[in-house]
Amino acid sequence: MMDIQNSAWEIVRLARHPKRPTSKTLIKELFPDFIELHGDRLYGDDPSIIGGIASFNEKPITIIAQEKGVTTDDKIYRNFGMAHPEGYRKALRLMKQAEKFRRPIFCIIDTPGAYPGIGAEERGQAGAIATNLREMSQITVPIITVVLSEGGSGGALGIGVGDSVCMFENSIYSILSPEGFASILYKDSSKAAEAAALMKLTAADLFQLGVIDKIILEDVGLHINYQTGFNHLKNHLESELFRLSSFSPEKLLENRYLKYRNIGQYHIE
Amino acid sequence: MPEFLDDRQAKLNSFRKNVLKKDTSSIPHNIPEGIFVQCEGCQTAIYQPKLDELNGVCPHCGYHSKISASKRLSIILDKNSFKEIDHSMTSLNPLEMPEYQQKLKNATDSTLMNEAFVSGTGKIDGIKVAVGVLDSAFMMGSMGSVVGEKVTRLIEIAAKKSLPLIIFSASGGARMQEGIISLMQMVKTSAALARFSEKKGLYISVLTNPTTGGVAASFASLGDINIAEKSSLIGFAGPRVIKQTIKQDLPDGFQTEDFQLKHGQVDLILERKMMKSTLSQLLKWHKKDGAKS
Repeated sequence: MMDIQNSAWEIVRLARHPKRPTSKTLIKELFPDFIELHGDRLYGDDPSIIGGIASFNEKPITIIAQEKGVTTDDKIYRNFGMAHPEGYRKALRLMKQAEKFRRPIFCIIDTPGAYPGIGAEERGQAGAIATNLREMSQITVPIITVVLSEGGSGGALGIGVGDSVCMFENSIYSILSPEGFASILYKDSSKAAEAAALMKLTAADLFQLGVIDKIILEDVGLHINYQTGFNHLKNHLESELFRLSSFSPEKLLENRYLKYRNIGQYHIE
Repeated sequence: MPEFLDDRQAKLNSFRKNVLKKDTSSIPHNIPEGIFVQCEGCQTAIYQPKLDELNGVCPHCGYHSKISASKRLSIILDKNSFKEIDHSMTSLNPLEMPEYQQKLKNATDSTLMNEAFVSGTGKIDGIKVAVGVLDSAFMMGSMGSVVGEKVTRLIEIAAKKSLPLIIFSASGGARMQEGIISLMQMVKTSAALARFSEKKGLYISVLTNPTTGGVAASFASLGDINIAEKSSLIGFAGPRVIKQTIKQDLPDGFQTEDFQLKHGQVDLILERKMMKSTLSQLLKWHKKDGAKS
């Protein structure tokens, strides 16, 4: 029991390691010619979500990425990767653009969650995420998703629906933070390590539960050296793009629907 | 003298019959526990059967208290028209979360429901609909595998039978005890609604008190028409979480139905007494030929 607890909590700590690369680094390494496109055309531009176009194996691809920021100023500017509704709406605008021009979409998840604030509520955070879930289930180009470090709840899911979802070895993906879970379960947020062990939030847990399709190995850990991990991701992206390109749009959507349709465990008498 | 006594006895009987049996405001001293409830709006004590008769609406301040799924269906649907589906679906414990099974059992014991969502078909002024109701008394109306599956099946039935779909939400969000599997129910239900919408199905979402978290951020916000019921807390994050995050007090009326209307997130606000007639009118305007029964 102790081992499992340690390893889950250890992964939480690695996922939040200050030296772990953020989405910007990943984009720079995998997509050096990336051009960023801004704004939701409705309210503003949310720096918590980066969107744009790049080439990958000489073909265009749309990138949507949550960015937590690196330096203190940058982190504040990026709102620690916690998006407002305009971030989700920008993401959807760029995904629809990708669909129009028939290029695949690559989403990089890294957020503690959608921002819980007054402005976010006023501008319809719930509705923005809900709309993305519905629309992403119908976008007729391949969507490949990776959890880079932290996949926090509905805020992660808002750009996370895909044909193929993978996680880095030391990333987490959960319904709420271990601290939040501990404060509800034990009424004590300092028991986050115990909560993490119960929550099934590691890549290995989610793979076993059938929620993700692949674990991207990191070698020594992205916080020490990200080259190997990023190379594994690059290879995975290549093979998934090739695999998904063979499906007709109808087949793609059917498979995507069934992927989520089949998640859930229940009993019928 | 005997005449006087007879007369007195008759008057006493008449008093007992005509006055004591009538509804009076004095409180008998042998009241069982819980027969009076305090209105959340004005704090007045209200006689429970009276509140029930008023469909949970406070006679003093008009506050709409939470009502059970069965009460909701009885208010909305034509008498004896409801046919429940998926009644016997119950939760498992996929993450082996401690105490989850006990919590489910307690919820079942106190609500006499198998899960937080009741669904089926019924009629509103003769128009057949697919209808579902979340009950916040069952584990805060939270969405785990069973709620996600039942909502999805209801949407699929509405699509298959070309029925209008009405869902009454009342939920704290995704069910914590089923973790990531609960989260994925948000995609499952939203994707089913996308397919239903492609088939030009009408979906009316009624957001009642409270509708937050993963339910607000999935099927509850995706109606062709979103209706907020009076006295409802509606939002993504709960007020406590927001307060902790921004470290300041929240403005008056934050996340109320009026707040959601003002900020363009819902189409209209309805009082409970207007719910059925308004739904009925909306259904008439969207009536399609060829609905299968």
